[in-house]
Amino acid sequence: MFDLDKWQEIFATIKKNRLRTFLTGFSVAWGIFMLIILLGSGKGLENGVRNQFKGSVNNGIWISAGRTTIPFQGYKPGRDIKFTNEDYERVKTTIDGIDVISARSWFDINNTISYKNEYGNFTISPCHPSYAIIKDVQIVEGRFLNEIDVQKYRKVVAISTIVHDALFKNGDKEKAVGSYIKISGVPFKVVGIFSDEGPEDEQRRVYIPIYTAQRVFMGDNEINQISLTTGDQTLDEVEKMVEQIRKQFSAVHKFDVEDRRAINIWNKAEDYKRTMDLFAGIRLFVWIVGIGTIIAGIVGVSNIMIIVVKERTKEIGVRKAIGATPYSIVSTIITESILITAFAGYVGLVLGIGLMELLSRALPPIEFFVNPQADLRVAISATILLIFSGTFAGMFPAIKAANIRPIEALRDE
Amino acid sequence: MLELQGLHKSYFTGNNELHVLKGLDLKIEQGELVSIMGSSGSGKSTLLNILGILDSYDKGSYKLNNTLISNLSEKKAAHYRNNMLGFVFQSFNLITFKNAMENVALPLYYQGISRKKRNKIALEYLDRMGLREWAEHMPNELSGGQKQRVAIARAMISKPKVILADEPTGALDSATSIEVMDLFREINKTGITMIIVTHEKDISEKTDRIIYLKDGIIESEHIRKEMSYV
Repeated sequence: MFDLDKWQEIFATIKKNRLRTFLTGFSVAWGIFMLIILLGSGKGLENGVRNQFKGSVNNGIWISAGRTTIPFQGYKPGRDIKFTNEDYERVKTTIDGIDVISARSWFDINNTISYKNEYGNFTISPCHPSYAIIKDVQIVEGRFLNEIDVQKYRKVVAISTIVHDALFKNGDKEKAVGSYIKISGVPFKVVGIFSDEGPEDEQRRVYIPIYTAQRVFMGDNEINQISLTTGDQTLDEVEKMVEQIRKQFSAVHKFDVEDRRAINIWNKAEDYKRTMDLFAGIRLFVWIVGIGTIIAGIVGVSNIMIIVVKERTKEIGVRKAIGATPYSIVSTIITESILITAFAGYVGLVLGIGLMELLSRALPPIEFFVNPQADLRVAISATILLIFSGTFAGMFPAIKAANIRPIEALRDE
Repeated sequence: MLELQGLHKSYFTGNNELHVLKGLDLKIEQGELVSIMGSSGSGKSTLLNILGILDSYDKGSYKLNNTLISNLSEKKAAHYRNNMLGFVFQSFNLITFKNAMENVALPLYYQGISRKKRNKIALEYLDRMGLREWAEHMPNELSGGQKQRVAIARAMISKPKVILADEPTGALDSATSIEVMDLFREINKTGITMIIVTHEKDISEKTDRIIYLKDGIIESEHIRKEMSYV
């Protein structure tokens, strides 16, 4: 039931009471605006830091060979620790709780890769098939390396989308999987194309089977890094696992177990948890401030509504004396307040989101501040909350005012 | 037209009972021009509230136009107020953010008459009050007498049977008061019953019948036959 006349009456009242309308609207718009800025900034910061963790699974452990710094059993410090396939096999068979494991070696011969007349320098990374899981790469086409590739010393390669774009031009683009590219002059068959969400230098990679690399390019069984995942173990259990690995390596490679430089073990879960804890804290803080802002808005709107109704007591009395029902009075006041707060909330919403949008466009890309966006559902809920509380705050004095005896309201005492 | 029988009204504030009207009997015929006089506390505003269906009473009966006014719903009370009664106040009580025409037209809004139509009618009534050129003016641009004439036009626009005036000349100078009283008399000649609450003797002397109220009962009545136009 749309009553045009009632709306004309409401709009006429709003138009003639500009300051009152502005004050009510401003406290709502400002509250919503600040909330969006706050939530958006928090989100932007979190997105930025979360991005830093992309490009590998969060339950991974990376063990890299280093150089000793403490004398041990007659050995002088400064000795390079060298990992071999035996270390890989030993860790794989003796350490409990490993989900998947892969060795890697640094390829430092000639990293030129070519296809037909296209050349490029990319990182060539020998590894086991499981590295796809640890590195969290997504297969776009074909497949990653498999066990048979490794065991049979196949000359196969999985290339990243960047490498694919660089080497395979025009008509060759579709034919990449199955064709041969030359790595340091040796032909390797492309078995798959993958994408990687990690930092850009990690996206400029090709992966080849580790034993093939050892046989074709290196001529020994050295590896440089062992990486593994820990399944769904707790942080404490993983901590124990790390200690066990450190002890085992110190016994085999003869270095002091306290020597943190001899081998370097990075436990990503620990880093990840610490950062996520920090963000839980920041989120809580953002929420507390946000709720505070909304409460300030509610108090502001309620105050204004109460004063507005008080100010209108006389008007209500007049309207009542000339035949307005209490219902029509209360409904008019409430419709008016809903209209003002809803419109103001919308304005605050649009301004806040607009500013966020402008910020993410105008600001140069900052590593730790990405895509600042407020949760729209939260913002809309907050607007609705403000509308409700404004209405609620106005309703009781309005009902009270509608029930007073006009002669008393209208008498000059 | 208006008939009160044994009307009682008390107010309760905390534990105190204030017995304001103590068995009032009053009969006012259609077309009468009546004034109700009394000092403050005599119960005249309470009486006016009850006559205006703005308040209920405890005991007795109140008949308006042969309809018993008792235990009405707010909606019904508003309907009677809108159709049968017009109010004129001491401080005019025009709505400050509406112009003269919109103020006059407001009762018709609550009757559901379209904006265009009610504004046209309002202009006719303003014309009768000699205020047509002031139709677009806001209340704060009008003099006291003009404001009261706007308020009277507003009271008349719904063609009421009775106009209740609460100290209508209280805020006006004596010359303007006389003008307003002449206006009331003119309106009264069209058959509308006028009830004027006042404490000014000069004003009450311009009415046909004076009712003196004291401590919640009618103390005396004075009919001024020589002034009657009937």
